[in-house]
Amino acid sequence: MPVVDLATVSIRDLNRALHNLPENTNETGWTICNPGGRHSIAAGVDAPIDIEIDGHVGYYCAGMNKHAEITINGNAGVGLAENMMSGIVRVKGDASQAAGATGQGGLLVIEGNASARCGISMKGIEIVVKGSIGPMSAFMAQAGSLVVLGDAGEALGDSIYEARLFVRGEVKSLGSDCEEKVIGDEERTILSGLLGRAGIDVSVDGFRLYGSARRLYHFHIDNAY
Amino acid sequence: MCGIVGLFLKDRALESRLGSMLGGMLEVMTDRGPDSTGFAIYGPGTESGFKITVRGKNLGGLADALSKALGVAVGSVTRDTHLVLSLPRHAADKARDWLAAERPDVAVTGGGRRIELYKEVGLPKQVVSRFGLEQMAGTHGIGHTRMATESAVTTAGAHPFSAGADQCLVHNGSLSNHRTVRRNLEREGLSFTTDNDSEVAAGYLTWRMQEGDSLSKALESSLETLDGFYTFVVGTETGFAVLRDPIACKPAVMAETDRYVAFGTEYRALVGLPGIENARLFEPEPARVYAWERH
Repeated sequence: MPVVDLATVSIRDLNRALHNLPENTNETGWTICNPGGRHSIAAGVDAPIDIEIDGHVGYYCAGMNKHAEITINGNAGVGLAENMMSGIVRVKGDASQAAGATGQGGLLVIEGNASARCGISMKGIEIVVKGSIGPMSAFMAQAGSLVVLGDAGEALGDSIYEARLFVRGEVKSLGSDCEEKVIGDEERTILSGLLGRAGIDVSVDGFRLYGSARRLYHFHIDNAY
Repeated sequence: MCGIVGLFLKDRALESRLGSMLGGMLEVMTDRGPDSTGFAIYGPGTESGFKITVRGKNLGGLADALSKALGVAVGSVTRDTHLVLSLPRHAADKARDWLAAERPDVAVTGGGRRIELYKEVGLPKQVVSRFGLEQMAGTHGIGHTRMATESAVTTAGAHPFSAGADQCLVHNGSLSNHRTVRRNLEREGLSFTTDNDSEVAAGYLTWRMQEGDSLSKALESSLETLDGFYTFVVGTETGFAVLRDPIACKPAVMAETDRYVAFGTEYRALVGLPGIENARLFEPEPARVYAWERH
């Protein structure tokens, strides 16, 4: 099983090796050590492999991920798993701004807190945050689910199109056109499934659901300045 | 873009390593700001002494001429294009007046009891080595690697900016109302030497502190006055503070241990610090002032 030490191997060489893996590769378990906050670690992976990163990573880690299961034993910088297509990305620590931005699929699990703009413009990704999320999260969210066990910062779901935002803690404020919804059986099932996949054993009771009020779908003269 | 670093030591045992720690952090930020580099170091100072850092050509003989003109002893240390003049505190204003009148070719980068402030165009590694930052000692320091956006790539446009004794500021971002704020501050008697937006921010904080605000209070009032996006790291003789704009436009990460508080635009800049693996890492929240004071 390959072990890549980023103290001696460049990010470019690492990512090239990962990109060159065929779909049916036998090298399915990768360990990356000494990430040292470097950017773009394991970005653009397109193979069903497991990657474990021991330490903190910089910007855009696991960006555009497809099929891979990537675990970060540390914190992640800006744009973790941005535009993820599928697979699982799990960060054991905190994630910086814009985690899961524009993600189209897959599951992103943040075991610590996520800062501002978590899930901005999410397009189908599923994000589960054990801690709290920062302001302006799920801004212009289009599809997918965001589950937060802690609190949400200001302007949650501002200008949201569609997407389910489950929050167990306090929401500091809702953004424009975001409103609380009634949780039905369908949403409970979805939430329960997400918590199960994220490996979190808490009751679905106690979560509140937020989503789009759909008042911004069409031009309305009262919304113009 | 731009990269900012800051280091505020709690453990006196680290003071001799301040320069080498800060220099290492600056070098990592090269990608974010290859145009120019600057830093301020709060080193040793005396109760009755005052240091003025000047930058320019033909600096040999400047200390002697100043000493002769003012009738006081003036010490000097040359570091590349900069000269640090040491003189009695009571002669500081006269020295500035003399420099302005007799040596208009020389720029004063900063002055105070403890601050020394260096800036030059060039890659961080080169600038750090030219000034010998690695050998400098002190209690705290801030640094900046610049990718110019609002004004030209010149040494004068490099950070940090200092508008008051022992005060300095580095800025990552871009202010949109700096011309208005500049005009208002000029009416209050402040003057500026560049077209740079960050110099206006430094001037604003200095003005607020002159009016009696604490460093924290001055930063809080800047949230009302300064428009645009910014992450500021500010140093005073005994203090160190951080502020991000209300939407936290620019990245920032901090590390705190029993021995130091460190700021970096990116976590990468903090990787080489001692004990970083056990530090409390956090991102400063938007519109919240973080300040540390040395007692």
